[in-house]
Amino acid sequence: MLRFEGATLRRGGRLLFQGLDLELGPGELLQVTGPNGSGKSSLLRLAAGLLSADRGLVERSGAALADDHAALDRELPLGRALQFWNRNIDKSLDALGLAPLAGVPVRLLSSGQLKRATLARVAASGAPLWLLDEPLNGLDADGAGRLPRVIDAHLAAGGAVVAASHQLLAGKWRMLELGQGETA
Amino acid sequence: MISALIARDLRRGFTGATWLPIAFFLLVVALMPFAIGPDPRLLGRIGPGVLWIAALTAALLPVERLIEPDRADGVLDQLALQGLANESIGFAKIFAHWLTFGPLLLVAAIPGAALLAMDGRALIATEIALAIGTPGLAALAVAIAAVTSGLPRAGSLAGLLLLPLAVPLLIFGAANALPLEAAVSLVLTAGAPFVTAAAIRASRT
Repeated sequence: MLRFEGATLRRGGRLLFQGLDLELGPGELLQVTGPNGSGKSSLLRLAAGLLSADRGLVERSGAALADDHAALDRELPLGRALQFWNRNIDKSLDALGLAPLAGVPVRLLSSGQLKRATLARVAASGAPLWLLDEPLNGLDADGAGRLPRVIDAHLAAGGAVVAASHQLLAGKWRMLELGQGETA
Repeated sequence: MISALIARDLRRGFTGATWLPIAFFLLVVALMPFAIGPDPRLLGRIGPGVLWIAALTAALLPVERLIEPDRADGVLDQLALQGLANESIGFAKIFAHWLTFGPLLLVAAIPGAALLAMDGRALIATEIALAIGTPGLAALAVAIAAVTSGLPRAGSLAGLLLLPLAVPLLIFGAANALPLEAAVSLVLTAGAPFVTAAAIRASRT
């Protein structure tokens, strides 16, 4: 699903990690931890193919990314905004408790609701690899309780998840800690 | 995905700010008789040039909403994740922008020509020149929008970049040198998707 081979990433003259080897198969969970600025988000963007490695190799199957940007048209009702990305959204709207909000314009959603909407976009994507950047940020207890169930359903369907977070996530996660290596 | 993106940009254009550049175009044209005086012969002579200058300034207005909102909101990232090439994004943006800008401008040029006391022959010649030039102008606007997206004061910078680059279009268009104007417009339209793509790639952090 995702394979890093000796991946080295440098941002703004700072070495974030080098020679990183990583392999993730179907049904696997990987949590990336580390202090602020240690390159968690950059690792996800590298895995998504939005950045390219300075050295080494990154291979992935189809991926979906949930970060701080909802990428939903603000003037549209939530349901229609999500449908720009994927036709079948009903299941993921239900799973994240957003079904009653489907008719509400995106610009009126709170930041927590927007986070749920971002996760719903990923859940509806059908991509085998999910990349979640701080998935718990802004979620209330109900939302945080729904997330593991959504992830479990994805794993059961043969998917894999990489999440960057410094809070512990529920479930059996392999851990990868960044910010340990030398800086140059 | 590319047709969905074009449809989305068209919807956003026509429900949103697409009328502003057209209103601005007519306003600039309407100022001319006040500034130059109401002599129909003089106005008729400078008419085509005035329409061109009004079109160039109107083309500047939408630059800030062409790329930057989608970059800031992660839409460009998500499109890339869906497997859409940055060049295709550039092409879709240019095509949709031209459709919301070019035809309306051609229509607005008719009352514009009346305000400037242009005769029918001059109007038709200018309409043809504008029809050839607006794809190039739209392509240039999208490319500049991508190059300046994410920068502070992008709007003023875009003006400084776009107007000089549009000078060849202006010269050949206002002089009605149609083959040369078409060549310039074609170069801009063909090159802009690649410039847009390179700028999108460079702005990813």
